[in-house]
Amino acid sequence: MALLEIDELKTQFFTSAGTVLAVDGISYTVEEGETVAVVGESGCGKSVSALSILRLVADPPGRIVGGRIGFMGRNLLELSDREIREVRGRHIGIIFQEPMTSLNPVLSIGTQLTETVVHHLGYSEQKAASRALELMEMVGISDPPRRLEQYPHHLSGGMRQRVMIAMALACEPKLIIADEPTTALDVTIQAQILELMKNLTRELGVAMIIITHNLGVVARYADRVNVMYAGKIIETGTAEDVYHRPRHPYTLALLNSVPRVDQQRSAKLDPVEGQPPDLTRLDGSCSFRPRCRFAQEECAQAFPELAYVGDGHRAACFRSQEIAAGLEQVA
Amino acid sequence: MATLSEGRLAVAMFEEPAALKPWHVKLRDMARKQPVGVAGAIIVVLMVLMAIFADIVTPYDPLLNSYEYMLAPPDGNYIFGTDMLGRDVYSRIVYGARTALFVGFASAAVGGILGLILGVSSAYFGGLFDLIFQRVMDVFMAFPLVIMALAVVSILGTGTENVILAIIVPFVPRCARVVRSSALQIREIPYIDAAKACGFGHARIILRHMAPNVMAPFLIMITAFVGQAILTEASLSYLGLGVQEPTPAWGLMLQGGAEEFAESAPWVAVFPGLAITLAVFGFNLFGDALRDVLDPRLRSSQ
Repeated sequence: MALLEIDELKTQFFTSAGTVLAVDGISYTVEEGETVAVVGESGCGKSVSALSILRLVADPPGRIVGGRIGFMGRNLLELSDREIREVRGRHIGIIFQEPMTSLNPVLSIGTQLTETVVHHLGYSEQKAASRALELMEMVGISDPPRRLEQYPHHLSGGMRQRVMIAMALACEPKLIIADEPTTALDVTIQAQILELMKNLTRELGVAMIIITHNLGVVARYADRVNVMYAGKIIETGTAEDVYHRPRHPYTLALLNSVPRVDQQRSAKLDPVEGQPPDLTRLDGSCSFRPRCRFAQEECAQAFPELAYVGDGHRAACFRSQEIAAGLEQVA
Repeated sequence: MATLSEGRLAVAMFEEPAALKPWHVKLRDMARKQPVGVAGAIIVVLMVLMAIFADIVTPYDPLLNSYEYMLAPPDGNYIFGTDMLGRDVYSRIVYGARTALFVGFASAAVGGILGLILGVSSAYFGGLFDLIFQRVMDVFMAFPLVIMALAVVSILGTGTENVILAIIVPFVPRCARVVRSSALQIREIPYIDAAKACGFGHARIILRHMAPNVMAPFLIMITAFVGQAILTEASLSYLGLGVQEPTPAWGLMLQGGAEEFAESAPWVAVFPGLAITLAVFGFNLFGDALRDVLDPRLRSSQ
């Protein structure tokens, strides 16, 4: 049995402008120790899908309206408030996007690091303090005793993100959700943080869901990839499959829009034209159709099923076979 | 340091981390930047010392009548004179500081803390809870402070404890309102989401993660509250609804002296009146300076 099984998850926002179908029936699994990436452009529902796992979507206006999230033999959507709080931080850790504002400015680093282990595992102050030192060393922060006394404003962005990682790992969770963990950091720090996360999750056998819009991150750090578009997963497979054998026009377009070192500098980028659809007005046809260069009659009739296009590789497109054939020709 | 010019000195002091300065240097900087606030602080500190050491600094028992010296004008024996019962006005003012500060601090502290918890909770939970709570607060705020306190005292009866309670009641909504508006901003900052994601309960998030972040406006308000509480207590006592005889209280002393002896023995009313004025003045100055120091938006650009 997989560690995390998300089945037909639906999260909607009830706003004055209408109901936003932010997450519209997505299903995927995360195995123990596996790193799964969820990629997509802004507003495609990737963050909401991650927050929904821990039921952290603000209600109102958001609500999880359907589906099942199986984790350690339980459906997280059916737990009481008290029970879900015991899962948060204890069994599933989360790393947020903004290291500058994700730490409380009035509490010392040590206090924030020890708080979860004291709260969830009932550690004594002393035991928690030594755990905090251990965690600080684990995430590569120098001079831990001094850093523990300090406050968030004494630390740089990269260091704060390391503290966030340490906090997420404090209770030895089974799963970590990283919501765009490197977006707010500069490029060199991004690589360091990602390497650190990769090494730590591997050493500790922690599974990770990494939410990102950076395809480079996906290729390098993820075992499997879910590509989301307009609240749905439109392609899923191993990083290798999705990166080298995309079967959905959106994935293909995304990959083509990334600047590449092996191309001439004068080569023009190939952007994905148009805007993502308004999530309050989805009509049951393929939501990528207006921007798709492969669109045909059939695409306006129904949303294609997520169908197998290879071993463990699925795509939601009527023409995925043709795309496969086309790509092979080019190659 | 002495050889440096004034401007260089200022720069050097600015660059030096605040934590490294000895306390007396910090105090001197403070006095230079906030002379008015320091004056207020001195008044407050003197008052507190006066109240604590009332036994030592007074020459007479504040309750002791001496019928030979009724309405004696200020002189060497009675520096502020005596009242119509022959009690030493100075001693009564000093002991009155005890009453005033006790009422002031107790009501500001209890009212403030209740307001803090309610205000932060209101902001944290939001939605219907917030809406209903704020409307209830509106009802309380519709009454001026003294009127509200009067109403409470007329229900509960007089006496020091009831006066404190009467001042707490109108303080809570005022504090809750200000705290809530700060807490609304705090709630939107990701570290509150992070705390939720750590699996902490509502009480822990409210008290440990949100409340410390609204301390600046809270402390400023508490200081102002103490001054207001002293004034309200004096008003209630003056109206005969507050602290009762023979407990020494400034408002009570005014009541006993103002009308009858305004011309024949003005010292009976003038000195307690001055005490009230000075106390409220001191707390307000201190509160204003505290706001300037704690509120970054009001910090001068120098």
